[in-house]
Amino acid sequence: MAAQNFRHALFCAIVTLIIAYPILGLNLEARGIDITLTGADTFTVVMVFIAAVVVFAFQLFRDGIMETFKSLPGLRSGGAHKEPMAENRRARIESWVITGIVVLALFWPFFVSRGSVDLATLVLIYVILALGLNVVVGLAGLLDLGYVAFYAVGAYTFALLSEYLGVSFWLALPIGALLAALFGLVLGFPVLRLRGDYLAIVTLGFGEIIRILLNNWTSLTGGPNGIGGIPDPTLFGMEFGRRVKEEGNVSFHETFGIAYAGEHKVIFLYLIALVLAVFTALVIRRFMRMPVGRAWEALREDEIAARSLGMSRTAVKLSAFTIGAFFAGFAGTVFASKQGFISPESFVFLESAIILAIVVLGGMGSQIGVILAAVAVTILPELAREFSEYRMLIFGAAMVLMMVWRPQGLMPMRRIHIELKGQE
Amino acid sequence: MLEVKNLSMRFGGLLAVDQVSLDVQEHEIVSIIGPNGAGKTTVFNCISGFYKPSGGQILFEGKEIQGKPDFRISRLGMVRTFQHVRLFGNMTVVENLLVAQHRHLNTNLIAGLLKTPDYREREKKSLERARYWLDRVGLLDLANREAGNLAYGQQRRLEIARCMVTEPKLLMLDEPAAGLNPAETRELDQLIVSLKEDYNVSVLLIEHDMSLVMGISDRITVINQGRPLASGKPEDIRENEDVIKAYLGEA
Amino acid sequence: MSEALLYFIQQLINGLTIGSAYALIAIGYTMVYGIIGMINFAHGEIYMIGAYTALIAITGLATLGVTWLPLVLLVALVCAMIVSSSMGWAVERVAYRPVRGRHRLIPLISAIGMSIFLQNYVHLAQGSRNIGFPSLIEGSFRFGSPENFQVSLSFIQITIFITTLICMTALSVFISRSRTGRACRAVSQDLGMASLLGIDTNRIISATFVIGAALAAVAGLLLGMYYGSIDPLFGFIAGLKAFTAAVLGGIGSIPGAMLGGLILGVAESMTSGYLSGEYKDVISFSLLILILLFKPTGLLGKPEVEKI
Repeated sequence: MAAQNFRHALFCAIVTLIIAYPILGLNLEARGIDITLTGADTFTVVMVFIAAVVVFAFQLFRDGIMETFKSLPGLRSGGAHKEPMAENRRARIESWVITGIVVLALFWPFFVSRGSVDLATLVLIYVILALGLNVVVGLAGLLDLGYVAFYAVGAYTFALLSEYLGVSFWLALPIGALLAALFGLVLGFPVLRLRGDYLAIVTLGFGEIIRILLNNWTSLTGGPNGIGGIPDPTLFGMEFGRRVKEEGNVSFHETFGIAYAGEHKVIFLYLIALVLAVFTALVIRRFMRMPVGRAWEALREDEIAARSLGMSRTAVKLSAFTIGAFFAGFAGTVFASKQGFISPESFVFLESAIILAIVVLGGMGSQIGVILAAVAVTILPELAREFSEYRMLIFGAAMVLMMVWRPQGLMPMRRIHIELKGQE
Repeated sequence: MLEVKNLSMRFGGLLAVDQVSLDVQEHEIVSIIGPNGAGKTTVFNCISGFYKPSGGQILFEGKEIQGKPDFRISRLGMVRTFQHVRLFGNMTVVENLLVAQHRHLNTNLIAGLLKTPDYREREKKSLERARYWLDRVGLLDLANREAGNLAYGQQRRLEIARCMVTEPKLLMLDEPAAGLNPAETRELDQLIVSLKEDYNVSVLLIEHDMSLVMGISDRITVINQGRPLASGKPEDIRENEDVIKAYLGEA
Repeated sequence: MSEALLYFIQQLINGLTIGSAYALIAIGYTMVYGIIGMINFAHGEIYMIGAYTALIAITGLATLGVTWLPLVLLVALVCAMIVSSSMGWAVERVAYRPVRGRHRLIPLISAIGMSIFLQNYVHLAQGSRNIGFPSLIEGSFRFGSPENFQVSLSFIQITIFITTLICMTALSVFISRSRTGRACRAVSQDLGMASLLGIDTNRIISATFVIGAALAAVAGLLLGMYYGSIDPLFGFIAGLKAFTAAVLGGIGSIPGAMLGGLILGVAESMTSGYLSGEYKDVISFSLLILILLFKPTGLLGKPEVEKI
């Protein structure tokens, strides 16, 4: 047994060297048309060897290490048979905490820098996106790898409507969301009867097709150059710019007799995003408690049983897909307004992957988890510049680890319990 | 109310069900029995719409239903259970029953968001119904447990309750006694008879437990190797030589 | 011959070249899917790593002054195959084995995570810019009139055909004759039963990943030379195309992967030749969607019966 363990450990260590050394230790560099090969610095090489040694040691003492892990308390979710009754109190505390955070979020932007508020707006956009995708992936169990397409539909709807028809933000917001939902409905209808993994690939294909079309339909979308000059939202006809652009509007700072400040616009946009994010969270929370929410879950748990009870698989899945797309459209409109300029580059597969990573890390199905993950995933790279380079590397690794370790996520979904009134 | 005529089902080259006919009248318990692999569950899958039969006719209340999608057939009032219990394991017991009643609920999204009176009313009624049936099958105390954590016999009963809250006309049970101990089987026996007597539901049953089948069935159809072997009253089947031979094997 | 016909023949040649390379990558998808029923989303990255390793080996040999072409190609091929296979093996061990048998989406999300990880691994180590790949095999046969349109069949295209043919034949022989090959077939028929019969299923699954990765590495070297440049993202699209090829031919079927690859390659090159290069990805994705919708078992696949 020991000899076998040793052989296996040695094999693993050698594999580690093979997969790490050539890629990490030998760097290709292009000088003009010549390519040269340089060895990496000593540090990298040493790290590669240390990694191999660690793998060797781990594999050699694997059984022992695993035993220790298993005996650690808290890793196994014990007490499966205990009736989760104290939920109500927890739910009440949770809603107080959330209310507190929202109130704080309302006043916070007036005391910090413009850059922070701008970043916070982006975080909120991701919160809306992730909450929307969570309906599709976390609740209904449909892996949508082309979610970013609906985000693009929302953003481009606003951009095009404002460019060609002069439509304002407030009108474009519902139109963008509804159009994205319509896209979800039309694209979803034929594909939702596909099995889970095929569905994932097909949605990925759709996402790419939409991006390629945006990129190449230059006469309408401006192609890779994108569309600029997307207007800011107005507050009851008041504009936030220094000068009024639209006839008939007045400017915010003149109406209130205060000095012009660029912050006003940024804060206003942040507040809009905040309201929309809260709205999204509340609506989806209601959905989860409604028959449609239970239907999503039932279909995810056991499709055949759900069908045997008279549930139409297409209708239920389509509702999740459409609702998810609707919120992506919301987020897209806000994004277009925040950036003032959009191009297909903002809607690549990587973006879908990031949103998916947020949902997965947040614990598919749990709203608070998803919100926290959105905050972490968006802010961490900004806080630590060095981190941003490793951002996607870490997301990828984290997704794998989450699936291996806790597929139900960091904060798994709380079951919503139903009181049976008059229960003796 | 249910009439199956010359039903056939072919998988590739294998004829799993060959010219099977049976019928269920109102207020009747009919059983399908036969050795393992005889094609009983395939017959069930065809009737409930999970498989599209290769041939034959299925009539429910006089209307042809063969080849219709499963969920439509279920909505006509014909609901089934599964040989291997299929509950929504991560949902609570009461949630399982609420899911089943989605047809009775107001599923309009806007109505739900605004909590209209109609929505509340229906939500309340379905909770009442769930409560009633949980009480009826003796699971009321476990209402907020996760369904996946119930004991096997409890899961079987919950599956039947889940069918009953949909208010079916015909209940199709696929080996409901499998894995139950004798005491549980007796309880099940009483439950099935009461479903017929008190709730006016017809039952189509697949079962291996002979004592259960003989005790409660009004009529029995025997299938062997996909073909109909015999059909009649329990006492006729008991005496039928072909059936005895099929069960004991041809020596 | 008329110019139009010559142009058509040129597109056909280009399509078959790309298609046979897609087929090599598709084998990895189809074998893994056939055995454990999961989409190995990171397979495109394995192929990309194969291409990078080959380039590193070629550059290294050039630095050492080795220029004899057959030796350079052989060394590059062997290095690429070793590194990619090891990567394939490790990926299965780390990311797929622990989640095997869980709900379908869990291995898939794990695979997506792995794909993102590997892309960025190479990106961080080797830079994100695309880097030139020496074509090594130069020259071509030319047909047609020199004043009108000339069809060119380059030596690298011939190399790609022949190598694919050799690999496919070797794989078929391996699957049908060798002990491991027979075990592979048994495991893909019924994993549980095979393990009851004493087949070490873990080893067979690892072998599948290793074989798929080795073939992807071959494709990496060939396509690297053909395209003339590589970057850390170039595995992603190629992986999707190869997956499309696998589905088109019928996922789980090895001849299907070959057929699917060739059809997809030709469809793409016809689109670039007659419509626009920009839309060739649209064509292959549309093809993928249409097949999955209307014939999910592909051209040569076996139908699946839903178990109730």
